[in-house]
Amino acid sequence: MGSRSSHAARIPDVDSLRRETGFSQASLRRLYDRFQALDRTGKGYLSRLDLQQIGALAVNPLGDRIIDSFFPDGSLRLDFPGFVRVLAHFRPVDEEEEGNRDPKEPEPLNSRMNKLRFAFQLYDLDRDGKISRHEMLQALRLMVGVQVTEEQLESIADRTVQEADEDGDGAVSFLEFAKSLEKMNIEQKMSIRILK
Amino acid sequence: MDGTELAGQILYTWLTLVFGLILLPSAFGVSLGISEIYMKILVKTLEWATLRIETGVAKQSALKNSASIGIIQRDESPMEKGLSGLRGRDFELSDVFYFSKKGLEAIVEDEVTQRFSSEELVSWNLLTRTNVNFQYVSPRLTAVWVLGVIVRYCVLLPLRLTLAFIGISLFVIGTTLVGQLPRNRLKNLLSELVHLTCCRICVRALSGTIHYHNRQYRPQKGGICVANHTSPIDVLILTTDGCYTMVGQVHGGLMGIIQRAMVKACPHVWFERSEMKDRHLVIKRLKEHIAHKKELPILIFPEGTCINNTSVMMFKKGSFEIGGTIHPVAIKYNPQFGDAFWNSSKYNIVSYLLRVMTSWAIVCDVWYMPPMTREEGEDAVQFANRVKSAIAVQGGLTELPWDGGLKRAKVKDAFKEEQQKNYSKMIVGNGSLKSELD
Repeated sequence: MGSRSSHAARIPDVDSLRRETGFSQASLRRLYDRFQALDRTGKGYLSRLDLQQIGALAVNPLGDRIIDSFFPDGSLRLDFPGFVRVLAHFRPVDEEEEGNRDPKEPEPLNSRMNKLRFAFQLYDLDRDGKISRHEMLQALRLMVGVQVTEEQLESIADRTVQEADEDGDGAVSFLEFAKSLEKMNIEQKMSIRILK
Repeated sequence: MDGTELAGQILYTWLTLVFGLILLPSAFGVSLGISEIYMKILVKTLEWATLRIETGVAKQSALKNSASIGIIQRDESPMEKGLSGLRGRDFELSDVFYFSKKGLEAIVEDEVTQRFSSEELVSWNLLTRTNVNFQYVSPRLTAVWVLGVIVRYCVLLPLRLTLAFIGISLFVIGTTLVGQLPRNRLKNLLSELVHLTCCRICVRALSGTIHYHNRQYRPQKGGICVANHTSPIDVLILTTDGCYTMVGQVHGGLMGIIQRAMVKACPHVWFERSEMKDRHLVIKRLKEHIAHKKELPILIFPEGTCINNTSVMMFKKGSFEIGGTIHPVAIKYNPQFGDAFWNSSKYNIVSYLLRVMTSWAIVCDVWYMPPMTREEGEDAVQFANRVKSAIAVQGGLTELPWDGGLKRAKVKDAFKEEQQKNYSKMIVGNGSLKSELD
């Protein structure tokens, strides 16, 4: 027995995580349970292998890149705050929250710009702020596997870079990336709603 | 009377009661109805508790209504719809959103990992271990809970331990004795008697209530019985209703003693760990076993690992290559009274058994199903899937194509290639290319 808060108290720094990510207490608890379920050996943190063992993620063509986004700067351990920070990018945008937001506070993790940044870094491997033609090719190769020939892929990559590139430097910067997707409903495409 | 005499008297009365009320009826397969009364009281109490909890939290915001809905809102539309395009559309920068969203969804909730933790209950069953997110409601409920703890740990647990101890010792002694006889009909009869009696005692040791359905389809001699696997107790539940030939690895310790004892009374197929790796050897020995058609049916769990009884995972094709008639059996536990799932990465066998013995009861349904054989032109994998679907439908479980061994190993690349193929078809079309325009 006992009230709900005794379970939330198991989560370290739950209040600062709530502020930072915007997740509700119930959602954080769900995510903490999930974090512990993925941590099969009870280490207290997640390694790449723990995420790779998720079947549905391992068959995802971008699976390895997505796992990389959880381990920035070559780190090998993923703790719970890091786990939730990445997932916070996919929190659905709450209209009311947007209206009430204090402009002096840093942008919430699930803002449109931050969602776009997450998608951008799936392409931009060397983190130089630009998607070069080569990086575009690599991402495409991951998504199509061996099904498409090199020439076909190169032409697709060239076309995509040309369409998005405005300043003619042969690469797509973050602003050009954001501009080419300005009409897209990012909020809906990159949102995961936690039900309970 | 001084202390030791009093203790002796209590022990004597206790054992006589146990013997008279539980052991003797078990030997004859008769039930005195005590466990039925216990179950009725239990059901009434849990219903009352559920009502109290519901009235207690109705004042607050709406709660989840079903534990089987996932925790995230899913869009199960196929890749074409998710990428908002038709065949032959171009690659766009935004395509990465679809894959990243699917990937993150898998990280938050995937079909397989959740099958390796205990099923969540819709309403609390007064066990601390299942109290995930039920709130404090009223003092009366707490009082009932405390009473429940006392009953479970101070009354039921000692009783169950006594029964288990008696059951296992009787089994080892019985089978060793029967093993001295030469192989004839009397030996088989006696071995069956010993098996059934001791299994019934052990089932009482868990306060097990088992409902058998369709007993006319009970596995016959010379056949193979396949069932979904939730815990080692599955074996106990099936052998209470009939004798089987077990297949498995030789263990050490208590299990090893039991295994060696069993083999004396009737032929089981135990493998050394090194032999288990050699699939062909295993299949050869099993084939030899059923060739006689007079041996007891072989009991196999094709999933290869314990799943949490909400779904059925991939059946390994090895069992279906042996030939012979397959008798499928579906086992479904009722989680309200006790969780039978063995999470081997979280609990070892001893703590698992203690948890089971301090639950209310183990209630399950066993469905025997009509025998199936491999059809013409059907290979082992297709046959395995057919049997798997039949068991899933009968037991009310969901069917998953994933391999239960995933909890230890990585998934095969072939599945990833399928996704890549689908995507390529979309952006490249049937060979027509955008490069023609260049």
